[in-house]
Amino acid sequence: MAEQPAFDIPELKPYPVIPKLVEDAMAHSQPFVAKSDFQGPLGFPGELVDDWQDVAVKKMGELTDRYRSLQVFLDSCVKCGACTDKCHYYLGTTDPKNMPVARQDLFRKVYRRHYTFAGKYLPWLVGAEDLTEEVLDDWYKYFHQCSQCRRCSVYCPYGIDTAEISMAAREVMDSIGKGQKYCNEIIGKVHTIGNNLGLPEPALVDTLEGLEEEIEEDTGVAVKFPVDQKGADILLVTPSADFFAEPHVDGLIGYAKVLHEAGLSWTLSSHASEAANFGMFIGSYENMRKVALRIREAALDLGVKRIVFGECGHAWRVAYSFLNTLAGPFDFLDPNYPVPQHICEVTHGLIQEGKLRLDKSQNDDMVMTYHDSCNVARASRMGDVPGGQFTIPRDIIRASCNHFYDMPADTVREATYCCGGGGGLLTDDLIELRVKGALPRMEALKQVVDDHGVTHMAAICAICKSQFAKVLTYYGFQMDQIVSVHQLVSNAIVLTGSEQEKEAELSEAA
Amino acid sequence: MDAASLALTFLYYGAALVLALGLALRIRRYATVPAPLKIPTTPAPTNRIGVVLRMIRELTLFESLFKSNKWIWLFGWMFHFGLLLVLLRHLRYFTDPVWGWVAFLQPYGKYASLMMVLGLLGLWFRRVAVDRVRYISALSDHLMLALLIAIGVTGIAMSFAVGTDVVAVKAFFLGLMWFDWQPLPSDPLLYGHLVLVALLMLIFPFSKLLHAPGMFFSPTRNQADNPRERRHVSAWALKLEKGNG
Repeated sequence: MAEQPAFDIPELKPYPVIPKLVEDAMAHSQPFVAKSDFQGPLGFPGELVDDWQDVAVKKMGELTDRYRSLQVFLDSCVKCGACTDKCHYYLGTTDPKNMPVARQDLFRKVYRRHYTFAGKYLPWLVGAEDLTEEVLDDWYKYFHQCSQCRRCSVYCPYGIDTAEISMAAREVMDSIGKGQKYCNEIIGKVHTIGNNLGLPEPALVDTLEGLEEEIEEDTGVAVKFPVDQKGADILLVTPSADFFAEPHVDGLIGYAKVLHEAGLSWTLSSHASEAANFGMFIGSYENMRKVALRIREAALDLGVKRIVFGECGHAWRVAYSFLNTLAGPFDFLDPNYPVPQHICEVTHGLIQEGKLRLDKSQNDDMVMTYHDSCNVARASRMGDVPGGQFTIPRDIIRASCNHFYDMPADTVREATYCCGGGGGLLTDDLIELRVKGALPRMEALKQVVDDHGVTHMAAICAICKSQFAKVLTYYGFQMDQIVSVHQLVSNAIVLTGSEQEKEAELSEAA
Repeated sequence: MDAASLALTFLYYGAALVLALGLALRIRRYATVPAPLKIPTTPAPTNRIGVVLRMIRELTLFESLFKSNKWIWLFGWMFHFGLLLVLLRHLRYFTDPVWGWVAFLQPYGKYASLMMVLGLLGLWFRRVAVDRVRYISALSDHLMLALLIAIGVTGIAMSFAVGTDVVAVKAFFLGLMWFDWQPLPSDPLLYGHLVLVALLMLIFPFSKLLHAPGMFFSPTRNQADNPRERRHVSAWALKLEKGNG
């Protein structure tokens, strides 16, 4: 292991066990607070305002006027307990405030105190509380221990989605000047530089040229990574981690090979060189919209006909579910294609049409499993039928690999566990939370490793990939056991005119 | 008319008014607050018929709860389905002549009260015995169960054990409906039952019992999964667009 952590790593048990709760087990965990320089540009006060209680309570009222989800969810919970064992952070940390209902109640008790009859006059009866400094501290800690993965919403009899409450709480905290450093700095970078990682255009172009050389060396084929090419048919919007992080970049190479082989004309945009939209994590419609509008601007500016998104979970939620709302209508694009499309939809379609040759044996050194990313699984779709978000990536993996096994049924598809780093928590100041939150996924992985000899896990989310690359090692796995789905395609694809094609022809002839 | 009957007459008018008005205002609130984003929990139906079917499954089978926890599902379903039959059975106190299907349900409704109370006891047991559920329970969560159980037990006692003058009870409620007030039989058990039911009606619009109307307005369940096909924009978001878009 690379480093000695200052906390206990949970033990991987052969069968999942619902832990006994341990109060305040994670009360020490909180992310760095955003500095005032990063608050202002997003429209938030730089530091905690003087009358923060009043401002916060008023903001709560504004949000319940704005979002039916929040209003209905705050009223409807009956405390049945169905969600209490569904959150990966509860399972990994045993802190009761990480049970979805308890997390919601941190917000709900203040809502009740100020906005319900019972809470105003009989607070002791219904557990209503004022927004004290202590409660605000709890908000800051525990609303940053929710990855907004929506697993609880699957199991709630009323569909109460803690993500909605979590987003609202973060928006309230931003409005009183208590923002989270990681998310708010990143949103700032998107606006000033164009992507989350702050990679300026020359560096981006340079990186992509390097990838072009690499592919040509490997295959003998000149696969291009066009940037800002006006008149291209497809605008590809991909998480900036794809430009250099491992294993993300191998996925990017995969998209490029697929698009090249299919003869599609495409381009990246330096203006919208980021698919991620952290505006969602902080619950700010305005910020989310502003980030989303870059993509519309890029599409108009470049005159493209289609928009395709790369492998990124929350980005795909914003793209699939919200882009039309935030930045539509997209009547200037080719109506024959959905707006936007996922790269997996494109690749899957091409495989179906027989336009790609895939040599599965190229991936024979791996026995695969697949991690459904939460936002793709529970907040979006691919293809024409519900559940396409589960079948399409698996179809692609099966078309590219000979060996594939699913993890246990209660840990995949709509029941999938978050990687532990989603929702704006992928930051080193939350490493203990990230490691512990990964526990349920790690247990499921361990099971297929033991039962089927699985060696690698594929994902289609930049956050999942970064998170696993970091936390796998804490559980005795290797960091390179996480791969991109399009990395598998990249390995298997036989490009026309490539060395691989010639070899294949030779071996067929012989 | 005796004082107790008079008091219950006014109590029931008051309780009915609070329940109807309280619920109407709450429902209006849920219906008018916009849902600016498409947030169905997927996989979700892609059209309205599918959504209606999903809601019917949630309402009648508690589909999500079944996926979640078999014990809560069992106790919860016993309670709610029992309550439904009991409520339908009680229609006989408000209709004259009694509708045929209500008369048919009569014996089932009677025994459903036992199922209802058993379900409630199961839920209360979990609330006390399971550390996670105990942690999230406020005093009101326990009292709500106590109230429902007390209503059930007083009703069961009258149905199965001591009996009461049901003809007079019916006359009382028909009298309330037609403003031709009639006295109640002087029966402490009956008073107890009726006061508790009125209390439940009064509490309903101010409590977690709002999950009943709330579930119909839950965007994660009642939205169709079609954001790419149809643009979904709320009024306030549209204003935002016009303002600086």
